Amino acid sequence: MEQKTNISIETDNLSLWYGKFQALYDVSSRISQNKITALIGPSGCGKTTLLRCFNRMNERFANVHINGEVKITGKNIYDPDVSLIELRKAVGMVFQRPNPMPLSIYDNVAFGLRIHTQAGRINRAQEAEAVEKALQEVFLFDQVKDHLKKRGTDLLLEQQQKLCIARLLPLKPSILLMDEPCSALDAEATEAVEDLLRTLKEKFTIVIVTHNMAQARRISDESIYMLKGQLIEHSRTAELFLTPKDKRTEEYIEGRYG
Amino acid sequence: MAIPQKKITAANIFQWLWKWIRQLCEWFIVGLIYLCGVSSIIFVFSIFYFVFREGAPFLRDCFDFKNFFLSPEWYPTSISNKRYGILALLAGTGSVTIVAMLVAVPFSLGTAIFIAEFCKKKTKEAMKIVVEILAAIPSVVWGFIGLMVTNPLIVKLTGAPIGLNALNAGIIVGLMSVPIIVSIAEDSIRAVPDGYIEAAEALGATRWQTVYRVILPAAKNGLLAAVLLGVGRAVGETMAVLMATGHSVNIPFNGEFPYFHALESVRTLTATIVAEMGEAPRLDAGMNGSFPAEARHYQVLFVIGIVLFVITFVINTIADLAVKGIRQKKV
Repeated sequence: MEQKTNISIETDNLSLWYGKFQALYDVSSRISQNKITALIGPSGCGKTTLLRCFNRMNERFANVHINGEVKITGKNIYDPDVSLIELRKAVGMVFQRPNPMPLSIYDNVAFGLRIHTQAGRINRAQEAEAVEKALQEVFLFDQVKDHLKKRGTDLLLEQQQKLCIARLLPLKPSILLMDEPCSALDAEATEAVEDLLRTLKEKFTIVIVTHNMAQARRISDESIYMLKGQLIEHSRTAELFLTPKDKRTEEYIEGRYG
Repeated sequence: MAIPQKKITAANIFQWLWKWIRQLCEWFIVGLIYLCGVSSIIFVFSIFYFVFREGAPFLRDCFDFKNFFLSPEWYPTSISNKRYGILALLAGTGSVTIVAMLVAVPFSLGTAIFIAEFCKKKTKEAMKIVVEILAAIPSVVWGFIGLMVTNPLIVKLTGAPIGLNALNAGIIVGLMSVPIIVSIAEDSIRAVPDGYIEAAEALGATRWQTVYRVILPAAKNGLLAAVLLGVGRAVGETMAVLMATGHSVNIPFNGEFPYFHALESVRTLTATIVAEMGEAPRLDAGMNGSFPAEARHYQVLFVIGIVLFVITFVINTIADLAVKGIRQKKV
């Protein structure tokens, strides 16, 4: 029972089809709370698809059909009584290409608060405080505090990606989903974002899709190896990379496949 | 070492000729394409040249800024005292354009947002076809609708003495400019990068919040350009306006509340040209180089043409700059 409370996301025989193409086959996994879990595997193995199931972003595409359950803190998010808006408030997502909205830095961070609070419920001072706190948490505040009115899209890529993380924080999510957050960044920027993730995991459950196995080893606590829509192996990162149980995992991490 | 000389044979001569013919063809075709390319520039300049040439004598001899632009007295055929003040005509064009935009902007932006963001693919295709049909209706048919449909309707609903007025023409012209605004506005909404929309949706924004807070601000330059091109269309429209305004020289604005009286008949710049050109004689200068007074009417109509040309030129340039503004930001 004690272990159960530490599970943040649980998928149960999750299958997904894009039209006639099946992208996920009976994926069952348990993702622990306050840990960084890396989803690894070759291109097209379904890791991004799985990630996008956790905040139902797959529903943006037509022709998506899903079987099975995804439970977040014990509640199946595909139940009809689940509010998509509340779900996405609780489960934040960071994308592959930094995508700040074409608004000012301040407005980007305040966006979540504004759409989720009724008019008049939050005053300017509270809003400004929340924005400042979020920017401080991603170590961006000192760099941008003098030009919060500048457009978010004009920042450096690394700063843009940090801004994209910062705008999730005022909503106090419990889970952060990251879809290859560093693939558009150079090595130094990647290091900065990775450092940030290490500090963020104390508060959030982080699921990160990555192509970069070295990155998975560096930052994640647990890893999930996927192949052709199936979950092959899920264990602690150190174990998965040193003593993989499955032959296919071994082939992949040794670079013989993918 | 001796260079081996090519023998002059029939085959060699033929080859040489063939090469030159092909080269000439190449030059000819490149030249033709170049000509087609610059033709639109030539056309614009020559239109301006001919309009200007006809209007020039008036500009030279009797043009007076104050009497031309600031006087509402349009009596070009008066025998004793000809007066050429276009203020009332400008006001007529202005009033029709204002009403037209009040009608067209909400309708067409709503339609564009619906087509681009809210409807399913089949509805979208159907909507686009219908909007295109709207663009294909000849303006004289729109004029008919103004005469036969909106005219009695306005009389009935507002109690105005006459249904042919600025409101009627504005509604008709507004509907006529809907297609152009919709197509450009829809393009600019669809040009908003998907990443922005994804970002907003992943934060839990509803469809409308995404449109209102992200898509519209991101597309605002394109939307402005769309509206401006609609304004250009409304200013330039002639036939429908001639039929629906009531065609009386009148300024529908005054200091009395509500300042703008859309239920009064007006006359626009374009309609004046088309209605009066047939009866204005084109006369040449006399022996001493001066024109007879009767020649001025024809000339002043061309000056109105220049005024229209300048107005649409300015509007199109602003729209163009607005569209360029979007592109620069995207890079």
